[in-house]
Amino acid sequence: MPKDGGIGASTKRREDVRFLTGKGRYTDDINIRGQLYAHFIRSQVAHGTIRKIDTRDAEAMPGVVKVFTSADFTGVGGIPTGWQVTSRDGQPMLEPKHPVLAEGKVRHVGDPIAVVVAETLDQARDAAEAVEIDIDELPAVVDMKAAVKGGPLVHDEIGSNLCYDWGFVEENKAAVDEAFKKAAHVTTLDLVNNRLIANPMEPRVAVGDYEDHSGQHTLYTTSQNPHVIRLLMGAFVLAIPEHKLRVVAPDVGGGFGSKIYHYAEEAFVTKAAQILKRPVKWTSSRSEAFISDAQGRDHLTRIQLALDADHNFTALRCETYANMGAYLSTFAPCIPTWLHGTLLAGNYKTPLVYTNVKAVFTNTVPVDAYRGAGRPEATFQLERVIDMAARELGVSPVELRRKNFIQPDQFPYQTPVAVVYDTGNYQATLDKLLDLSDHAGFEARAAESKARGKLRGFGLAHYIEACGIAPSNLVGQLGARAGLYESATVRVNATGSITVFTGSHSHGQGHETTFAQVISEMIGIDASQVDIVHGDTSNSPMGMGTYGSRSLAVGGSAMVKATNKIINKAKKIAAHLMEASEADIELKGGKFTVAGTDKEKSWVDITLAAYVPHNYPLESMEPGLEETAFYDPSNFTYPAGAYGCEVEVDPDTGKVTILSFTAADDFGNVVNPMIVAGQVHGGLAQGIGQAMLENCVFDENGQLLSGSFMDYAMPRADDVPFYSVDHSCATPCTHNPLGVKGCGEAGAIGSPPAVVNAVLDALHRGGFTHVTHIDMPVSPSRVWQAMHG
Amino acid sequence: MHNFDFVKPSTIAEAVAALSHEGAQALSGGQTLIPTMKQRLAAPATLVSLTGIAEMQGVCLGDGGLHIGAATPHATVAREAKAHYPALAKLAGGIGDPAVRNKGTVGGSLANNDPAACYPSAVLASGATIVTNTRTIAADDYFQGMFTTALHDGEIITSVVFPIPEKAAYVKFDQPASRFALTGVFVAKYAGGVRVAVTGASQDGVFRWHEAEAALSANFSPAAVSGLAMESRHMIADLHGTPAYRANLVKVLTSRAVAAAG
Repeated sequence: MPKDGGIGASTKRREDVRFLTGKGRYTDDINIRGQLYAHFIRSQVAHGTIRKIDTRDAEAMPGVVKVFTSADFTGVGGIPTGWQVTSRDGQPMLEPKHPVLAEGKVRHVGDPIAVVVAETLDQARDAAEAVEIDIDELPAVVDMKAAVKGGPLVHDEIGSNLCYDWGFVEENKAAVDEAFKKAAHVTTLDLVNNRLIANPMEPRVAVGDYEDHSGQHTLYTTSQNPHVIRLLMGAFVLAIPEHKLRVVAPDVGGGFGSKIYHYAEEAFVTKAAQILKRPVKWTSSRSEAFISDAQGRDHLTRIQLALDADHNFTALRCETYANMGAYLSTFAPCIPTWLHGTLLAGNYKTPLVYTNVKAVFTNTVPVDAYRGAGRPEATFQLERVIDMAARELGVSPVELRRKNFIQPDQFPYQTPVAVVYDTGNYQATLDKLLDLSDHAGFEARAAESKARGKLRGFGLAHYIEACGIAPSNLVGQLGARAGLYESATVRVNATGSITVFTGSHSHGQGHETTFAQVISEMIGIDASQVDIVHGDTSNSPMGMGTYGSRSLAVGGSAMVKATNKIINKAKKIAAHLMEASEADIELKGGKFTVAGTDKEKSWVDITLAAYVPHNYPLESMEPGLEETAFYDPSNFTYPAGAYGCEVEVDPDTGKVTILSFTAADDFGNVVNPMIVAGQVHGGLAQGIGQAMLENCVFDENGQLLSGSFMDYAMPRADDVPFYSVDHSCATPCTHNPLGVKGCGEAGAIGSPPAVVNAVLDALHRGGFTHVTHIDMPVSPSRVWQAMHG
Repeated sequence: MHNFDFVKPSTIAEAVAALSHEGAQALSGGQTLIPTMKQRLAAPATLVSLTGIAEMQGVCLGDGGLHIGAATPHATVAREAKAHYPALAKLAGGIGDPAVRNKGTVGGSLANNDPAACYPSAVLASGATIVTNTRTIAADDYFQGMFTTALHDGEIITSVVFPIPEKAAYVKFDQPASRFALTGVFVAKYAGGVRVAVTGASQDGVFRWHEAEAALSANFSPAAVSGLAMESRHMIADLHGTPAYRANLVKVLTSRAVAAAG
């Protein structure tokens, strides 16, 4: 019987009532009396020297309050980077200044040069056309290899376009090279991990407000982590202490990573509101989002797999160029390194792994984490090279994987790439996948396709990912400039209802529902008695926000920790009221009982006693029932799974149709199966989008060719199949109290190689054996070109 | 978007008069013009709506074939042309999404002559006649390259007359992002011969594939085009397809259109 409440129940999402009835309150819904509107003037060239900015005509236009340039931001810091990576030679990465508004040079199409602030948005836009900007265009550098081989410098002052040259594990390099020399077989694959644009449904918005008499700043912003924005912007950019800076991220319409970072527009509206003593609002247009939101992926990789004569993986070697774009976005440096190199063992026993990553500045939009962040890149290359090796060796890709899996009795498993997997059972998810996808019936289906002149293929991919980030002491050693704990305050009200203030932030994840389910389960009260509050630095403890599939594993654990403190205190109160020993008090179904007696107190009896402490051990215990906890995980969580994709290729046009997609995931314990399935569905859609459709392309001058939805192909409903999703193969996480693993990014991590492997399988079965790889997106023209070109 | 004046005449004569003013621009369904104005790439002083003119609306049989008012939305064509010219109705029903089909019009599409639009292929393959406020223009004379037509400034397309073929079909291969035609082929078989028009593929906009017309006039079967060569020299190269890919699509889709026409 499925549960109808608490942990394990597919409770409907309570937040959907307001979202689906138009009652959501997004940042653009916030309008403050006296508010002005900001319009950013952005560079139309990818690289150039700013000769002159003349704002006089614009400032004389109707409604214009002020036109800002970098001259108005001279006392302001640059946009900081939250992670420092160290190069192989021990030197820190090159970290050029990222000014709020361009200083002297523009470095990518979309780089903000000036901002018009006016009474209305139309007035601001009209005046923007009157700002005279004289730029000497410079040759742009777009190609990463050209950028490190003496191409034009994106940042003259640092003297190189190579941000860092990272090796991992550097001490293993010689042993890896040696293993390759001894290998019975080496498979080499050159591939591109295509650049993506996140495109959340809600574009970015920022509203700055300032109270002159108190010096209080408020920033309303579309953020996944308001406390992080407060810290970065307050401490590093505008020098505002936390108690004078409130950051609010209300309902946020999707982020996928792109709303983690501190952006120049946030600092701008905050500062402009102070200068002008009026609220200032900026709302991104969709076109602006294409050139100002941080983008994702963009790796150029050579991956090599060494095998012995028995087809055991003996070593893996990866050389990657990772595009940083023109500036370092907040977490950009850690994506191709610590979120990528540490995943290259995958689900396998490969004893030796070496990764070299060169991070490169180019005259393109900055790149940072996008759903999966580093882990999809790792998974794609690993799962592609394994399939390629199987084909070269003439063995089954299923069996080659199975042979090399880490075995269930090997956990906890120390990988050669630093991380320790706590639990897993990869055979189980593989078997589940083969069963759910009717792998046994594939040949018959392939024959049926062939009879219709179509090529059918099956593609398998396994993934493991490290999420629920992250142990603060570990990431500190790796260069993080922040801790990655999470916080929660559980406030029990006098009559027993509960308000939870979490440092996690929901922008689609459903925390308001799932977090309440956890509390409901722990205390035994109805979930309707619990409200989850997030997104406002003025009412919640310092939190690190939501990304890296960390909300339940880290934020949920903080909440569990705080709730356990509540329960412990409540038991003490119950023991006092029932004149029993605290050790004998049991809490079940919202009632406190004394073991072995019929004594009983309700939850509300206790909460009332806490706030009306007439009969209460005041000498030994404070009244009230409110607790805060911070939880710092001792390890990442390691969700893993097997994904299977079945496609049909039209050999005449190269068009690929996904006929079925099956996901067998191990997320450990699951709080709300429906929400988890929804997370997987969304991740799969984005992974299939990367594999089949999406591609962010700049031309050689740094102009964005895929600058709108006319050319950037987002997946539509009819581009994806009905998914078959399973998460019954659960090996609970061993180190967090709920035994949960992150589920938010898995779909986007595991699906791209499954799709591409399926396409290659179809082509090979159809006799196009010369095709060894097709870069994503596997668009009709690319597939046809590979077959016939 | 910049401010503009808006007029909505109820007769063609009033519309012509309104369009004679400096900075006036005809507005039909607005599916291209309005987004362009929102981007501030166009700033007409006056928009002259053509959607309030009764004689420019509707689908009916008449002299020379099916008459479609130039301001008739795609959705109406999809519904009302079905009984008379199903291939044309299917083309109209496959343009954009419901919102586009309820606003966009055949006249607007033809006046714009986007190289990837669907309608030009139907007009050219049908040998349709473009009727304007001053004259009639044969389809073969009307399309003059990407975004270029035989229309004069201020001239309004009032209707289009489609001769009804014995058999016809339109097969479109979607550009993955925009879902305009990456390439689309309209094949129409008349007593006097077969006409084949291709959209989405050429740098010169919609064009007739004469070799295929000859082959299909002799033998109206999908195999008839298999031996033909399609030059890729003038084909469009972009993110979504090379010239060689588009040339291949022309052949494949022509063959499929013949099969679909039955």
